[in-house]
Amino acid sequence: MEEKRKNPASRGYYQESWKILRKNPVAMVCLAFVLFLVFIALFAPLIAPFDPDAIDMPSKLKAPDNVHLFGCDEFGRDILSRCIYGCRVSLSVGIVSQLIAVVIGYFMGVCAGYFGKRVDAVISFLIQVFASLPDLLLAMALMFALGRGLGNLYIALGVLSWAKTARLVRGTVLQLKEKEYVKACRIDGGSSFRIIMKHLLPNCIPTLIITVTMGIPSAILSEASLSFLGLGVRAPMSSWGMMISSSKTFIRTSPFYSLFPGFCIIITVIAFNMLGDGLRDALDPKLRK
Amino acid sequence: MRDVVLKVEHLKKYYPLRHAGKGEDAVVKACDDVSFELRSGEVLGIVGESGCGKTTTMQSVIRLVEPTSGKITLCGQDFLSLKGKELKEARKRIKLIFQDPYSSLNPRMTVREIIAEPLDIAHVCSSRKEREDLVLRTMRQVGLDPSFANRYPHEFSGGQRQRIGIARAIILRPAVVICDEPVSALDVSIQAKIINLLKQLQRELGTAYIFISHDLGVVRHIADTVLVMYLGRVVEQGSCEEVFKHPLHPYTKALLASIPRIDSEGGVPEAVLAGDVPSPANPPSGCLFHTRCPYCQSKCGTESPVLKGNPDHQCACHFAEILEQ
Repeated sequence: MEEKRKNPASRGYYQESWKILRKNPVAMVCLAFVLFLVFIALFAPLIAPFDPDAIDMPSKLKAPDNVHLFGCDEFGRDILSRCIYGCRVSLSVGIVSQLIAVVIGYFMGVCAGYFGKRVDAVISFLIQVFASLPDLLLAMALMFALGRGLGNLYIALGVLSWAKTARLVRGTVLQLKEKEYVKACRIDGGSSFRIIMKHLLPNCIPTLIITVTMGIPSAILSEASLSFLGLGVRAPMSSWGMMISSSKTFIRTSPFYSLFPGFCIIITVIAFNMLGDGLRDALDPKLRK
Repeated sequence: MRDVVLKVEHLKKYYPLRHAGKGEDAVVKACDDVSFELRSGEVLGIVGESGCGKTTTMQSVIRLVEPTSGKITLCGQDFLSLKGKELKEARKRIKLIFQDPYSSLNPRMTVREIIAEPLDIAHVCSSRKEREDLVLRTMRQVGLDPSFANRYPHEFSGGQRQRIGIARAIILRPAVVICDEPVSALDVSIQAKIINLLKQLQRELGTAYIFISHDLGVVRHIADTVLVMYLGRVVEQGSCEEVFKHPLHPYTKALLASIPRIDSEGGVPEAVLAGDVPSPANPPSGCLFHTRCPYCQSKCGTESPVLKGNPDHQCACHFAEILEQ
């Protein structure tokens, strides 16, 4: 208390959370790695040593050496460059699809939790339906219906994961709406819109941050699976899943070909998952105080 | 005589029971036929055990829950029939102070935002400066340092948080403030400070309070009139002095006898209530209190007593006059 008296600038909730997160070395390493991936994705043309689409038949399936650090694929394209460009697809699919999921999920979850009764019955039913469908099957069906391509991947994977967010938000809102500050707002005559935007949304944001961070790796994995099955991005655009798919023919002769994109997927997913764990510890109000 | 700011007549709030068994009412009568008047600048104390309907009554009065039936007149307006803009306007005149200073403040809002919220909803301030002045003035009024306006609630102690809650309730200068056990979550030393603050604000602003509490000492200290509730019904009401000096209802007597006193000789108080409060889903027949009443007669099990006596002191007991002698 004494220390706070001396320091008139107040520390908000997120500054406190950042302080907790900073003390978690694993989460900080993962955060650094995620930022590194974002950097690579943004500046892929500057970083990649070769054109990812440049075909060079003489060096086809060349093992890694000083020129081609990760080796070359069946058309002699540099695997490192393709991995770097693939990072763009994976990250953007992860982030954009989760943002779509959060917008739909928050809206549905708030409506279900706040208005209750029939609205809740309908939305909860939808959530159950989406949760009971096998993820990959649904994603495949959507991709068949929408056609291949990056934009459609965003939509399909976003639609796939809104139910999870909606369920979490609904639960949080059910707790929050019984809070006395929400009642106080109602006593003042505050509208439902005001309660949802001023009281429920800010208190749901920690939940949303955690679901987004935890949802990104599963979206990345789904994208890899879809690309592996030939339902992802269109060639010649490179994606980690698509590279693994085309490498499967050469797995005995050139194992490095599938190894590098596979490795990219694994460490990216691990980094996001562990960062998510760290964020949950830092943002969860129950672990506070 | 000061004018009546809040008049509640035959207020009822019944909750439907989903799984009513045989022989049970299909409703819980959380608040049954409650009537009272509140004059400006007066304090009405409501006392009773946990679960007797004190909070439900107040939530119905303030329309946080819609009452089943009854009439509420707030500053001359029929409060229950108001809708839309008129309701919003009328809501400026009645506010609530909550029991728990922790869950009553949004942890993501600064003190300034919390205190200014009633202003923002009611659109009373035309300029930012006016709003800011009013917030800071109110903070000073409740004994908070205005330099704390940018702080978040978790940086304050329970007593300070309750002051923030009070500031939020009084910023629009309401005619009636309902205090729902405002001090029961606080340390004893802080309780006295908050009570004194409420009294001081009453002198400055002329607000009328409805003071809900199970702490009879506090009620005696602050209230002008008292209402004793049992299982959703009013069993005794009257001026504070009368009720505390000459309690008529056996329940009130038992409540008063249960106040710990320093001068008593260590023994058990005379009239201790036996047993628990009956389930409100399955209330006793006749007088609701007859299952625990030490003076129970056969009439009490069949006939429900009504409030009677002079307007200054009323009691719902068949044998109030006899017991008094």
